[in-house]
Amino acid sequence: MQYLPNILFAILLIIGIGYFIKNVKKLTRNIKLGRDIDVNDNKSQRWKNMSMIALGQSKMVRRPVAGFLHVVVYVGFIIINIEVLEIIIDGLFGKHRIFSFLGSLYGTLIGAFEVLALLVFASIILFWIRRNIIKLKRFWKSEMTSWPKNDANYILYFEMVLMTLFIVMNATDIHFQEMNSGNVISQFITPWFSGLSSNTLHFIERGAWWLHIIGILVFLNYLYFSKHLHILLAFPNTYYGKLQPKGQLDNLEAVTKEVKMMMDPNIDPFATPEEEESEAPAKFGASDVQDLNWVQLLNAYTCTECGRCTSECPANQTGKKLSPRKIMMDTRDRLEEVGKNIDTNKGEFKDDGKQLLDNYITREELWACTSCNACVEACPVSIDPLSIILEMRRYLVMEQSAAPVELNNMMTNIENNGAPWPYNQMDRLNWKNE
Amino acid sequence: MSELLKVPTMAEFMAQGKQPEVLFWVGCAGSFDDRAKKITKAFVKLLNKSNVEFAVLGTEESCTGDPAKRSGNEFLFQMQAVTNIEVLNAYEVKKIVTACPHCFNTIKNEYPELGGKYEVVHHTQFLKSLLDDGRLTIEGGQFKGKRITFHDPCYLGRANNVYEAPRELIQKLEAELVEMKNCRRNGLCCGAGGAQMFKDAEKGDKEVNVERTEQALDVKPEIIAAGCPFCNTMMTDGVKAKEKEADVAVMDIAELIANAQDL
Repeated sequence: MQYLPNILFAILLIIGIGYFIKNVKKLTRNIKLGRDIDVNDNKSQRWKNMSMIALGQSKMVRRPVAGFLHVVVYVGFIIINIEVLEIIIDGLFGKHRIFSFLGSLYGTLIGAFEVLALLVFASIILFWIRRNIIKLKRFWKSEMTSWPKNDANYILYFEMVLMTLFIVMNATDIHFQEMNSGNVISQFITPWFSGLSSNTLHFIERGAWWLHIIGILVFLNYLYFSKHLHILLAFPNTYYGKLQPKGQLDNLEAVTKEVKMMMDPNIDPFATPEEEESEAPAKFGASDVQDLNWVQLLNAYTCTECGRCTSECPANQTGKKLSPRKIMMDTRDRLEEVGKNIDTNKGEFKDDGKQLLDNYITREELWACTSCNACVEACPVSIDPLSIILEMRRYLVMEQSAAPVELNNMMTNIENNGAPWPYNQMDRLNWKNE
Repeated sequence: MSELLKVPTMAEFMAQGKQPEVLFWVGCAGSFDDRAKKITKAFVKLLNKSNVEFAVLGTEESCTGDPAKRSGNEFLFQMQAVTNIEVLNAYEVKKIVTACPHCFNTIKNEYPELGGKYEVVHHTQFLKSLLDDGRLTIEGGQFKGKRITFHDPCYLGRANNVYEAPRELIQKLEAELVEMKNCRRNGLCCGAGGAQMFKDAEKGDKEVNVERTEQALDVKPEIIAAGCPFCNTMMTDGVKAKEKEADVAVMDIAELIANAQDL
């Protein structure tokens, strides 16, 4: 009987971690639905970007208030989690506070955790106020209703509860309080429980302990269903982020082949096509998530809906429908839908009559983009919404000839006379004599 | 005055068996747009004054394909690119300067993969290097002490991280450089990029160029300096929309430097 809690703990741990791994596999499979792209170049620059942008939060702090609060929560989250190791050993083997043999170092560590827990709690409250009382504009755009809005608040409540449980757990731990080392914050909470018998205290301590670890496991599994996934994916996403100058858009290789063939005077247009031509992509551009590359899909899962992109977008600022954040959210939601479709159809995607274009992202949004890269510059985790917009425009133009009329005119002009306006190429140097 | 402009073509250089030190890529706006042609001429005057041996492609130049690519027409873009690269490579061009950030970005970043590898600089960078080499002198003239704000073109700034060259040139005019609320990497687009120049904007509650012009007018400039022919058009329209054309001029940096010397 005395091993019952340990067995219970082990089972919880296995379920918690097992379910998480299952979802990570699903996540990986969904991301791999994207086209392959070679991102193995320039590894040292990639590591540097990851350590600066994700680990070092360099782009977060460009907005100082949100950036500072975020750094507090981020540092707190990572450091306080060292304590989870001790909790797991306690749970599995019944060795309460096994690291306390470290003596004063242990006190210093737990003391630091307690201070961080308090700071995290305070930051979370400020985050909540910014979102719900001050109502910062970017948190109240049209794509931020229902689930996205609730998701953001649930995360904040979760963190508030976890930090509270951590402090209560320490405050009601008689042995720990008697050590009087490291209880920098919890010693002020202990008096709240004065007058309770040591049995009741122990009961509360165990309760907080269990809820704390269960809370962490639940939170871990909540990630997959939430924008909070960014705490993991920010790292690979910044690693695989674009290294070229922002203005450089990729040249479609399939098109290069065709153009080179058209321009090559030695090629026989009536020759039987070679075998390798079957490698040509089924379509140009993207109308659904499978047409995007896997880094773009990783981008979609990484997005934490902070809305910095949208708040910097010139189209959005002037009341157009385009919101780069919505582009990322739509891509993720459609990818999830495709993933579920594959799950229910035994590993194969069955056409559901839907696609990313039109069912999620409208043409009006796509044509409103000025390709100014403000969204890309603003993203704290190297997401590139512009690349998805361009890919979808490519589909509209090259597969559907569905560009706005004025753009078709512009393109006809370029084709006919080498300028976007109807001027004769032979008049190009006339300015010299005007 | 225009007959004083020396604008040799690559063909003429080749006929003499010579190579210019730089090719001036004029661009479609610089060749055909009435407002942008003034920028082209101002830049040529500065090149002439600094005795730079440059050449243009003239009638052999064609659109870089930027608006086609950004509209999604990769075919048309690459057709344009490959054609231009053939011409440039035939003339063994090594270095290109252009007053259009869109041409600058496309030739610099998107042509190399297609076989066109050149050193590409924006005209503000080129003027800065002429200044550093002592080949160009800049004086304030009529702009001395004037309040000037610089509008960062997206394709020069964010797209390629060029922020300082245009600003250093403005400061050489002994003018008072004032920064807008959104500048450098946070600069707001003029609304023309991504082929928006050639179409009406989608439904919204404001035009992007008006929003940007308001940001510029907020810092009470006498001149809004630009480094892109499309930004120039958009900001000029914005100033007109705000009925401020009598008080605020929109000018390219090349024009500022040339006009300061009454060229």
